[in-house]
Amino acid sequence: MAQMNETPEGASFYARTGRYRWAIVEWMMSTDHKRIGVMYLGALLSFFSVGVVLGFLIRLSLLSPGWLVDAQTYNEFFTLHGVIQIFLFIIPGIPVAFGNIFLPILIGAQDVAFPKINRLSWWLYVTGALIILLSLFAKGSPPDTGWTFYAPYSIRTPANISTAVLGVFVLGFSSILTGLNFVTTIHRMRAPGMSWFRMPAFPWTLYATGWVQMLATPVLAITLLFIVLGRFFGVGFFDPDKGGDPILYEHLFWMYSHPAVYIMVLPAMGIISEIVPVFSRRALFGYVAVCMSALGIAIVGYAVWGHHMFTSGMSDTARVIFSFITFLVAVPSGVKIFNWVATLYKGSISLDAPLLFACSFIFTFSVGGLTGLIIGSLAPNLHLHGTYFIVGHFHYVMFGGAGISILAGLHYWFPKITGRMYSERYARIGWLNFFVGFHILYFSMFVLGFQGMPRRYFDYPPQYHTGHVVSTMGSWFLALGLVIIFGNLLYSIFRGQKAPADPWGGKTLEWTIPSPPRSENFREIPVITRGAYPYDEEEVRKTP
Amino acid sequence: MSTQNGHIDAAGKKMGMWFFLFTEILFFGGMFLLYSIYRYKYAQDFHNAAAEENIVLGTVNTAILLTSSLCIALSISAIRRGERYFSSWLQLVTIVMGVAFLVIKYFEWMAKIDIGIYPDSPVLLKMAAGEIIFFGLYYVMTGLHGLHVLVGCVVIAFMMRFTMRQTIHRGNVARLENTGLYWHFVDIVWIYLYPLFYLIT
Repeated sequence: MAQMNETPEGASFYARTGRYRWAIVEWMMSTDHKRIGVMYLGALLSFFSVGVVLGFLIRLSLLSPGWLVDAQTYNEFFTLHGVIQIFLFIIPGIPVAFGNIFLPILIGAQDVAFPKINRLSWWLYVTGALIILLSLFAKGSPPDTGWTFYAPYSIRTPANISTAVLGVFVLGFSSILTGLNFVTTIHRMRAPGMSWFRMPAFPWTLYATGWVQMLATPVLAITLLFIVLGRFFGVGFFDPDKGGDPILYEHLFWMYSHPAVYIMVLPAMGIISEIVPVFSRRALFGYVAVCMSALGIAIVGYAVWGHHMFTSGMSDTARVIFSFITFLVAVPSGVKIFNWVATLYKGSISLDAPLLFACSFIFTFSVGGLTGLIIGSLAPNLHLHGTYFIVGHFHYVMFGGAGISILAGLHYWFPKITGRMYSERYARIGWLNFFVGFHILYFSMFVLGFQGMPRRYFDYPPQYHTGHVVSTMGSWFLALGLVIIFGNLLYSIFRGQKAPADPWGGKTLEWTIPSPPRSENFREIPVITRGAYPYDEEEVRKTP
Repeated sequence: MSTQNGHIDAAGKKMGMWFFLFTEILFFGGMFLLYSIYRYKYAQDFHNAAAEENIVLGTVNTAILLTSSLCIALSISAIRRGERYFSSWLQLVTIVMGVAFLVIKYFEWMAKIDIGIYPDSPVLLKMAAGEIIFFGLYYVMTGLHGLHVLVGCVVIAFMMRFTMRQTIHRGNVARLENTGLYWHFVDIVWIYLYPLFYLIT
């Protein structure tokens, strides 16, 4: 990797500063937002691979229940799959990795507002992750409650819930600090001339996400603390024996965890909003509407948590209101979808890997969003709640939304982060496998769920067998696709061709500096005189 | 934090602190939410259980914490006028009051534990459902509030050190101001806890 240290314009941010003897110490002690982002990215993708392997094993076990793992191990597998993918990968995901690397660059700053707090939140992330790993290997059995830790089972099970929950608590702290840091950065650190409405869409979505991180995560923190207090001191806020109410746990949990869905998906939308204009050579259509809809989603998203609990016991009035507000969220999401498609319309499209992934996002996310409306309305929800339909919907929006956009972002920003180009051919082959496998895997879950297959079950009656086999076969294609995608990227880090500063013709600030960037982002702070996507529309239309 | 041209961005620091306080409000908000729901559900039990509380100690503690908030505010005004020693004295008084608050709290808790009222105790489990919840909330909410007081005392101790070493001075009071904001927040939480646990009976 020595080649990465040098760029045409001097040492890159990978170059050793020589302040510490060991490279790993130097990186862990670094407050450079790009280094922190790269470390986050490495950690996230490692956890993602573990999560994928667990998911793969779950699917494999469902081919013929019992041939691979027993029922208790199965419960532990899906709990770990959920905990890892949700809390270690997708919630921190885009903000901590791409946000850290690119937010300051995109707004023309040298670093985030509080570099030391940024480093602290990275340390907290590592600590939280280690605590969660501890819950797997410590004495006793790994958590088996599902990632939601529903009370009262989570208070009574002998598994290592306290350790896992404590890890999530620490991760929450890390998430809060990142959100706080980014919102302050966007308020205080924009380059001269970078007014709010000259900011690219990605910082806008990070801004909305930052607020959600700050205002939702503390509620999860206190809720999880109640679980720990319940287990250690017997405080029974959710224990019916002691006058507590388990439904309250669900309310508090989803009061965080529904907005958390937007922590995952808003910055994903931001990445797509960056990619689509660049590869269609057009300004982002309805830029202001796209930015405002991010705020809209963040605000409305606070008031919909009840739709996770339609069958848990709530008054009819509450259910109707929650269902109605759930439909409202579809409006700003729809605004975004239409604006991306309108940006593509009559653009000069070059269908490179980043745009392929971005278009897959638009498609899968639309499927995920529309099925969300089916389960957001009361009558079908009673039928579909707790079935594979939910699992299908959830993976369409999370994996097909946030997950695919991370892949899109990886391919889009890979040249900037590593200073290397990847093989376009293998990126496309990987994408094709992934995309086909994804839909076989998760679409069959919609069918299974509609037929009544309950989620989380280890075993099933014979009529669901075909559906499960089809779904599992999809997971093989998907896994193959991921292997090709990541194999290609890993190979290119070492053997790829040198990337120019601006391989895609992007107009945002990160493409004005060398690939990979220097330690200080800008020699001179840029003065911004125009909007984020200054494409010459007339020029584009003339080209055949 | 410094801006592009190397100046310290006091407004940015304060903004970060306010954001942090928002998250703290939501953290305590989860507890106040539980309180209001259970109070609604078990109004009579809460009324009975609150009779156990020692209203004299609770009131003394309220007075102590309010006065300590005044002291930290005065210490900020003092440093703005450049009165370094006076400011650190006021910070010391704040810490002493914070500790006094915790000591009184300790005796309150001990008195309850002596008569067997603590979470999961045999005495408590024989009481009515609402009373179990009331004392659970009492221990958790005053406990976490006490933890915040303790953290505040430690932070103020650091601020005293900075003030004496003159890294906090007339031109750079952001850290002390942020500490003051935090201390006022801790105070405000107590102002809500006091009526909810001591005055509802």
